[in-house]
Amino acid sequence: MGNFGNKWNKFVEIFLERNGYVKVVEGLQNTLLIAVFGMLIGILIGTLIATVRVIPKYKTLPRALNAVCTFYVGLFRGTPMVVQLLVFYYVLLPLMGIKMQGVRVAMFVFGLNSGAYISEIMRSGIQSVDAGQLEAGRAVGLGFAPAMIKIVIPQAVKNILPTLGNEFIALIKETSVVSFVGAADLYVAFNYIGSNSYEFMVPYLVMAAIYIVLVMFISLLVKLMERSLKKSDRRN
Amino acid sequence: MIDVINLKKSFGSLEVLKGINVTVNKGDIVVVIGPSGSGKSTFLRCLNCMEDPTSGSIIFNGVDIADMRVDINVHRRHMGMVFQHFNLFNNKTVIENIMLAPVYVRCQELKKHRRQQLFGKGGIKAASQITKAQIKEQARGEALALLKRIGLEDKADAYPSTLSGGQKQRVAIVRALAMNPDVILFDEPTSALDPEMVGEVLDLMKELAKEGMTMVIVTHEMGFAKEVANRVLFMDEGVILESAPPREFFANPQHERAKEFLSKVL
Repeated sequence: MGNFGNKWNKFVEIFLERNGYVKVVEGLQNTLLIAVFGMLIGILIGTLIATVRVIPKYKTLPRALNAVCTFYVGLFRGTPMVVQLLVFYYVLLPLMGIKMQGVRVAMFVFGLNSGAYISEIMRSGIQSVDAGQLEAGRAVGLGFAPAMIKIVIPQAVKNILPTLGNEFIALIKETSVVSFVGAADLYVAFNYIGSNSYEFMVPYLVMAAIYIVLVMFISLLVKLMERSLKKSDRRN
Repeated sequence: MIDVINLKKSFGSLEVLKGINVTVNKGDIVVVIGPSGSGKSTFLRCLNCMEDPTSGSIIFNGVDIADMRVDINVHRRHMGMVFQHFNLFNNKTVIENIMLAPVYVRCQELKKHRRQQLFGKGGIKAASQITKAQIKEQARGEALALLKRIGLEDKADAYPSTLSGGQKQRVAIVRALAMNPDVILFDEPTSALDPEMVGEVLDLMKELAKEGMTMVIVTHEMGFAKEVANRVLFMDEGVILESAPPREFFANPQHERAKEFLSKVL
């Protein structure tokens, strides 16, 4: 630690004078893009799977769908994110003859992966909503889908918002592996600075600090959203 | 209006309804009573197919709604339902609760109409060039009128969690009314209420009865049954044992089981 000042100066030099900040901004942008789009795709897939899971299963179609969903969730929860990224980028996409940028692939895979986790979160959320709510919706003549969309899912989302926030935070942190498929995220940016100055301590500490600030900011956002959604519970 | 023909319902191997035959005419106030576990609630819930009947038919306005091929949602819009636990939509304000179904249905019709105009020949300009905003405005007006009727117009923008049980149930009743139903089904509407609040809900139901609304009511309120019903159905173990006007039924029950039940509850 003796020459921390020295190390800091090196970092600042590369950060400012050799376009380090451009890389960092770009990396931050990619990190956020992957996490946000991954989350959005995940919520969409997760809600669909969760809905399939809560449909009564007397008939063949819901049963078949349920089997597909069970397989999907098992597959994506049973393998590490890195493996999924590698398989998609180096195996599946070339096999299908599709060329895609690393960032796009990462968004897609993160979406598929978080969809598997969010489906379980969403299922518990849907089941936490009183069955009478769906019944009342059906009784006024709404079909299953509109009743779910207008009545059950908004209440389910409110119940699971803190867990969903955690999932988003986990997703942000997990983006640090996307360099495996050539996507330039925060890690890539700080690694660039580090390898150009032969000095990794400060860049990695700054990277850690950026992640912490990001996560704290998101926690705050989730808290605010929770409060505004809670207004239907408030007794006045 | 509703003809129930040999309705049966089983949950797994348990047969809850063992062949029910009832006719409900327009303007009828039918009260269903019986010991718990006798299948009254299941019977009521089969009437709008909240529980799909195992066999038998339910002819509502000339259509067998027990047939799985009919679009049950269309028919449910003409059958209001009031639940024991109110089941107001917790994520909607009071007025949104009442407006939801009318707005939804009218917007669906609007969409259908537009599709027809788009793909239909010539594009007949129908007189009803109404917009979504107008639909909402109109539904809001109707909902406010309904709230005024039950004296809760100041609660229009409150959430259901802020209401008392009696207020919730009255809102639930006008929510059913908002669709202008042909019949309203009541599933033990006062059983979850504080004794103090039972009166206000029953009063509203009496009002509806006076206005000629057709109602099927599962209840334990014998006084209400005596006063308002024009027919009492006594159910036990999945069958209707007696069907008679209330005066006759309460004064002179025919069936042994009915006598026993009445001696306990009266």
